[in-house]
Formats: sequence, structure tokens, C-alpha cells
Amino acid sequence: MFSQKIPDASNFVKGVDTSFMVILGIIFFFLIAITATMIYFVFRYRKSKNPKATQIHGSVSLEITWTIIPTILVMVMFYYGWIGYKPMKEAPEDAFTIKSIGRMWNWQFQYENGKQTDTLYVPLDRAVKLDLKALDVIHSLYIPAFRLKQDLVPGKKQMMWFIPGRVGEYDLFCTEYCGLQHSSMHTSVVVMPQDKFDKWYIDTTRVATLITDKPGALGHLIVKKNGCLACHSLDGSKLVGPSWKGLFGKTEVVITQGKKRELIVDSAYIHNSIHNPNSDIVKGFKRGLMLSYKDDLTDEDIDEIIKFMKTLSE
Amino acid sequence: MSETVLQHNQVSYLEYQGRFKGLFAWIFSTDHKRIGLLYLYSMLVLFSVAATLGLLMKIELIAPGKTIMDAQTYNSFFTLHGITMIFLIVVPGLPAVFGNFFLPIMIGAKDVAFPKLNLLSWWIYILGALVVLSSQFIGDGPPDTGWTFYAPYSFRTGTNMLPAVTGAFILGFSSIATGLNFIVTIHRMRAPGMAWMKMPLFPWALYGTAWIQVLATPIVGVTLLMIVLERTLQIGFFDPALGGDPILYQHLFWIYSHPAVYIMILPAMGVISEIIPTFARKTIFGYKAIVVSTLAIAFVGYFVWGHHMFTSGMSGTALYTFSILTFLVAIPSAIKIFNWVATLHKASIDIQTPFLWALCFLFVFMIGGLSGMVLGALSANVHLHDTAFVVAHFHFIVFGGTGFAFFGALHYWYPKMFGRMYDKGWANIGLAIFFTGFNTLYLPMFYLGMIGMPRRYYDYVEEFHGPNIVSSFGAMLMIAGLIIIITNLIRSARKGEIAEADPWKGKTLEWSIASPPTLENFDEIPVVTKQPYDYE
Ligand code: HEC
Ligand code: HEM
Ligand SMILES: [Cu+2]
Ligand SMILES: [Cu+2]
Repeated sequence: MFSQKIPDASNFVKGVDTSFMVILGIIFFFLIAITATMIYFVFRYRKSKNPKATQIHGSVSLEITWTIIPTILVMVMFYYGWIGYKPMKEAPEDAFTIKSIGRMWNWQFQYENGKQTDTLYVPLDRAVKLDLKALDVIHSLYIPAFRLKQDLVPGKKQMMWFIPGRVGEYDLFCTEYCGLQHSSMHTSVVVMPQDKFDKWYIDTTRVATLITDKPGALGHLIVKKNGCLACHSLDGSKLVGPSWKGLFGKTEVVITQGKKRELIVDSAYIHNSIHNPNSDIVKGFKRGLMLSYKDDLTDEDIDEIIKFMKTLSE
Repeated sequence: MSETVLQHNQVSYLEYQGRFKGLFAWIFSTDHKRIGLLYLYSMLVLFSVAATLGLLMKIELIAPGKTIMDAQTYNSFFTLHGITMIFLIVVPGLPAVFGNFFLPIMIGAKDVAFPKLNLLSWWIYILGALVVLSSQFIGDGPPDTGWTFYAPYSFRTGTNMLPAVTGAFILGFSSIATGLNFIVTIHRMRAPGMAWMKMPLFPWALYGTAWIQVLATPIVGVTLLMIVLERTLQIGFFDPALGGDPILYQHLFWIYSHPAVYIMILPAMGVISEIIPTFARKTIFGYKAIVVSTLAIAFVGYFVWGHHMFTSGMSGTALYTFSILTFLVAIPSAIKIFNWVATLHKASIDIQTPFLWALCFLFVFMIGGLSGMVLGALSANVHLHDTAFVVAHFHFIVFGGTGFAFFGALHYWYPKMFGRMYDKGWANIGLAIFFTGFNTLYLPMFYLGMIGMPRRYYDYVEEFHGPNIVSSFGAMLMIAGLIIIITNLIRSARKGEIAEADPWKGKTLEWSIASPPTLENFDEIPVVTKQPYDYE
């Protein structure tokens, strides 16, 4: 699916890999030279071979030599690291900008024309800038094949940019620990030739209209795209949030403003649970984990979700 | 009066009967040697627990998806593993066990400056450990934040992270008390004639370490306290939801935790500087250079914390500075390596178990340090930060460095501490298995990081499967080696051959007294006239 070894997957691969190889060369040289010397000395000067040690207290010239040489070498390493890194901080003005949002535990990419995806689609050979935003805790967007990583810190503006150099599909991971499903915060970057990308980009009709014949299918698609299923199971098992199996129509015990009460789950309750998740907390679950989706889901979206939930109560 | 003194001085510290009997004769003893052993036993238990957690994690990672535990359990395992290993074992480890036992003896003193404070530090340590462990059993489930407690996740999680933080806070006091005690002891209690430049290198390393403990620990104390206040009183320091700054937390955390790496590694270097001359029958090469590097590491180590945060969005100048400083702090370590290897030149080497540990230390420590060069370079860091590469790097440094030195020290000073010798054959077999397992476990993790496997991952894509299998197999091998090593040591404490006072023909003061030492160490305080490693 993806390969690490594509030297032109992004414009940064070369800089990073060069600094890596330079440093690797130096450290392998030292590791092997010192280990070999050490082993040689141990054999050459073992007690049976050399019964009397010669007492040597030190040597100023040697101390100076092996202070200066490593100092020069580390400066060389620093230099390569720095020049490989510098361009990562300077995005071109005309870059194609995509808003990239991390939340527990999914990614969302919002394009300027209103398109929203959970996979990152980018055009080949064009500077792409990701404006990063974290909604809950710190996440980190990592594309190994591009040699790129940037933390998403809630409340802070961060960005990263790159020029994809080869058509293909590459892994995208979260590398800042963010809780239970940290390791499944995984999606891909799809690099397409400009013409194919344009075709994809212009097509803002909903994919879902194709599958509306199956009841709840559109709702299912919406909850998948919004990452609800990271916390809610469909099969009755308890994850971070309550399962949706049999949810619609059941009697639920919730805590409202510190008081326990019972209610029947209906459309209004679900609507409210999505807009104001912290107003009624389901007994046995934590407040503060589910964020409000007021700005992400329209009323029509929520109606579709409810249709989908109903299919789980049949 | 002279009669009682004589009596005190004839029985060993192990047999001495004071005011208390049985267990109480230990847990209320202010003898620095008994306190050293108290720490040793406590840490052995904690290490076994934490290593078992590590092994279970590696078994979980042998295949993608769920193998033996669910994600929540995995997350709480690496949290408890990290907290225990760092705060309860490697940070206090060498100073608390071998520093307590040997610092006074090596500088020719009868005890540390404040024996009661010393016992109190152990009690605080135990209290801290119990509070940390209690987080596993009380409240809403074991903490799952990782040992770094990064905000704001540590405020979001529903698990019981407060006891873990409070425990780490309490442990800080133990660390400060020990550090203070050592500084005063070294300044005031050196035997007549032991000028600073005649002091052995292990006490020197403890001296550098003690200053970091005293100066850096309060910072983490304050930081942890701020978390407690934020979580209980909703004061916004770090959580953006309350108007705080999560990056501030990272700065405060690493301002302590990076120097903490040197708290772990300096005493380890001190141990190696003792073992090598003894078995080389040769004075150490470049004594002064080693002393100066020790102090340089302790000092420069304060200014490199930012290298843990290269991808969190700092300014260009900050990045630049932290990267340069990180490279510079490597130089004193390199100087030490060169001096140790040079000591072997024209030596007359007696190849014994402690010496083999020192050689293995040099090898793994070099890998750890050199892989740190890769991480210090900004561009490579962006790719490798928070991947398995980092996990491999710090296990090579911390486990390879401090852990190997700890076992080396144990095999070196064992005959002095217990008056008996372990089975050398088994000790070497254990080491060989352990060393092979160690490398099989951690080397593949460098590769995994290079191909992009993030750390703290319960599950991974198929691409990463192969190296993970090798690594998990290495973990099993390594644990097998550890079991052999530890069993041999425990068994020999009672059944081993009686050891001589100076089995390795060492020259530092601890080898001039009885094995095991008497209560007051020296019949008469020695007068020091020579350099510490004088084999003329
Ligand atoms: C980070 C985890 C998380 C995500 C993501 C999440 N939720 Fe929740 N959700 C929870 C938790 C925890 C609760 C229970 C506490 C509460 O009632 O607020 C909950 C409760 C609910 C409830 C009430 C359930 C009941 O049993 O009464 C509904 C409905 C719901 N969520 C819908 C959604 C939808 C729709 C999405 C996606 C758009 C979503 N959730 C995404 C964690 C999450
Ligand atoms: C002195 C010895 C050791 C020390 C100091 C140590 C330290 C640590 C630390 C600090 C972490 C990071 C936890 C975190 O990221 O929050 C960690 C993770 C880990 N350690 Fe160890 N460890 C030691 C020994 C072991 C052993 C014996 C094993 C295995 C048998 C092991 C396997 C692991 C694994 C699998 C992880 C999880 C990595 C991840 O998910 O990020 N460690 N260790
Ligand atoms: Cu994450
Ligand atoms: Cu550090």
C-alpha cells in the first residue's frame, strides 16, 4: 500500500534522508571503531597475555584531540539537521489550503469549497498546506512517507505543508498519545494527478444519494465519517460511550444536573445528546468526553442518523 | 565504653543487634548500609512488576489487533510501567542503593551526614510507591496517560490519575532529601587527606547527581502540584478549556525530566569508572577529564529540555538553540567513553563478571547515545519523534545505561555487601542470554521507528508485523536472562561461597575493610595519601 522508500514522495524526503544518512554514517563509524578497539584491547591485554599493567595517567593532547574532533562532527550533524528542517517552516503563499481537524479519534479534512472527507486527498506536484486544529486533546499528524509530523495543540494555530511528488496512497497516523483509540486514529493520504483531483474536487454531490435505497445507509455513512463509531459500538459492547444497539425507544437512566432521572430515548433526546452532550449524562459514563457536534452536523444529518439508529432497534 | 565499641566493630552490619529485632531492625535502622539494602529489595520487587508489564506489552504487540489484552489495559500498562521504571527505579536507583551503601565507605566515613533523614527518605519513598500503586486499585480504573501526564489529556481522562501524580510528587521529597544528604556528606565527611581530586569517581558522580536532584526536583514537584490543583479546583494552568496552555506544561515537565535523565546516567558512569580500573589493574585514564565531564553534563543537561518538543510548534530560534545544545551535551559523554577505552590500553585485564557487564554497558550505551545524535538533528527528529525509534533510544540509554550499570554494580559490590560470592558461571550465562535478548528486543524498534511506527500503539498496520515478532521474541529471551541473573543472586546471598575482603583486588577504600562491613565500617578512620586508583 505505501512504501517508505519512495525518494520523491514529498519535497522533504531528500533533506531528511540526507541528514539521516550523514549522521548514520558518522555514528556507525564510531560504534564500530570503538567497539573493535575495545575488543582488541581486551584480548591483547588480558591478564594471561600481559601480566603487568603499565600505569598511564592520561594525556592532555589526546584529551584535546578527542574533544575537538567530536565537536566538529556534531556541528556537521547539526548543520545537516537544520538545513533539512528549515524549509518545513516556510509554506509558499499560493499553497492549496486544507483545514485538518483532529479529535478523539478521527481525522477530518475540510476543503475550501465545503467538501469534507476523512481521507486526505491532495493534488500531485502542488504545494499543499494543512491548517491544523485539535478539538479536544493534543494529536499529532504524521505521514511517514513524506517525513512530516506536526502536533495539533488545542487552542493553538499550527500548520504543515508539503508538495506531493508521486501518485499513490500513503499512511497517515496520529503520533501523540490521545487515549483509548490512539492507535486507530489512522487514515491515508491519496495523491492524485491534477486533472483527476480537479474532477474529484468539483464533484460535491453527496456520494450517499447513490445508496439511499437501503434504510439508514446515509446515516451510517455520516456517523462513520464523523468518527462516532470510535466511541459508540453497534453491537451492544461498551466502548467509551454507550452502544447504539437497541438505543432508540429504550428507557435510559441519565444524570441531569446531578439528579438521576429516567426517560424514553426519542428523536428529541438524541438531537439534544448530539448538540449538548453534557446536559444529560448516561449513567455509568463520563461527562466531557463527547464534544458537541452542533457545528458539524445539520438537522438533516441528525435526522439521517436517527433513521440509522432506528434500524439498530429492530 | 571501649568494650562496646569493640563489640560493635566486630559483628557485621548484617548480624548486628540493635534496639529492635527482626524486620524492625531493618525498617527502623539508620545504618546507611541497611538503608541501601532496603532500597535494593524494594526496587527488586518493583522492577519485577514493571518488567512483567513490559513483557506482557511485548506479547500483546506480537501480532496486530487484540492478542492478550484490550486497548485500555495496554494503555494503563505502559503508564504504570513507565512511572514505575522512571520514578521508582532508575531515577532513585543507583544513588539510593549503592550511593547509600558505598558513598560513606568510599570517602572513609562511618555514615552519611544525616542518618535519620536518610531513613526518612526511604519511608517517603515507600509512601510514594504505595500511593502510585494505589492508583491501580482505587477510583475509576488505572491511569492511562503515559508517564508524561501530558495536558490536556491528563485532565480529560476518566481514569484515576491523581494518585499517580501525587505519588510522583511525594517521591520528589525523597529524592531531594537523599541529594542534600549526599552533598553535605561529601563536603564535610571525607577522610583526612582525601582532597577533592583524590576522591574516587563514583562519589564524584553522586556529587554531580545530588546537585541536579536538589535543584531540578522542585520544578517537577511544583508542576505535579499544579496538575493536582487544576484537576481538583479547576484552576486553569494547562488545560485550554480552562484558559491554560498545554505547551507550558510540556516545558515545565521536561525542564525537570531531561535533567532527570542525567540523574539516571551520571551515577551509572560513576560505577563504570570504578569497575574498569579494578579489573584492568590500572589507574583510570584521564581522571580529571572524567571529573570535568561529569560536572559539564550536570550543568549543560539543564538547557536541552526543548529537544523533546521539536514538533510541538516552538519558534525557530528556540529549535535551533536546543538542537545545538543537545549536540554539545553529547561531547562530555563521548570523552568519558574514550577515557574508559584508553584505560584498557596496556592494562592487565582480569575478565570477570562485573567487567563483562561494564563492556556490555559501553556497547549499549554507545548505541543509545549515538542514536540520540539522530534525534538531536532537527530534520530527522521530525520524522522519528514519538515513534518506536524513540522508545528504542531511551531503552538503550536508560535500561542499557543505568540498568546495565546497576547490575554491573550489583555483581561488583555483591561480595562486599553480603560477604558471599555468587556463582560466576551462572552469572555469565545469564548475562549472555540477557544481552542477546536485550538487543533482539530493542534493535528492531529502531527500524520500526524508521519505517514510521508511532509509539504507544496498541495496534498497528500489517507493514510493521515482521520486526515486532522479532522484538517480542527478544523480550522473552531477555526476561529469561533476567530470571537467571536474579535467581543466582538471591540464592547466593545465603548459599554462596564465603568471599574475601578484597576478591577483585580493588584499591578504593571499600576493599580495605571486612566483607560484609562492620557496623561502623572502619575500626579507625583511614588517612588517605594516594590517588584512588593507585596500582603502582
Ligand atoms: C470521544 C468519544 C465520543 C465520540 C467521538 C462520540 N460520542 Fe456520543 N457519547 C460519548 C459518551 C462518553 C457518551 C455518554 C455520556 C453522555 O451522555 O454525554 C455519549 C452519548 C451519546 C448519546 C446518548 C446515548 C444514550 O445512551 O443515551 C448519543 C445519541 C450520542 N452520544 C451520539 C453521538 C454521535 C451521533 C456521534 C458522532 C457524530 C458521537 N456520539 C460521537 C462519547 C462519544
Ligand atoms: C530499566 C528498565 C526499563 C525502563 C527504565 C523502561 C522505561 C520505559 C518507559 C519510560 C516507557 C514509556 C512509557 C510511556 O511512554 O509512557 C516504556 C515503554 C515500554 N517499555 Fe520499558 N522500560 C524498561 C524495561 C522494559 C522491559 C524489561 C520491557 C519488556 C520486557 C520493556 C518494554 C516496554 C514497552 C513494550 C513499552 C511500550 C512502548 C509504547 O507503547 O510506547 N521495558 N519503558
Ligand atoms: Cu493519538
Ligand atoms: Cu531529554
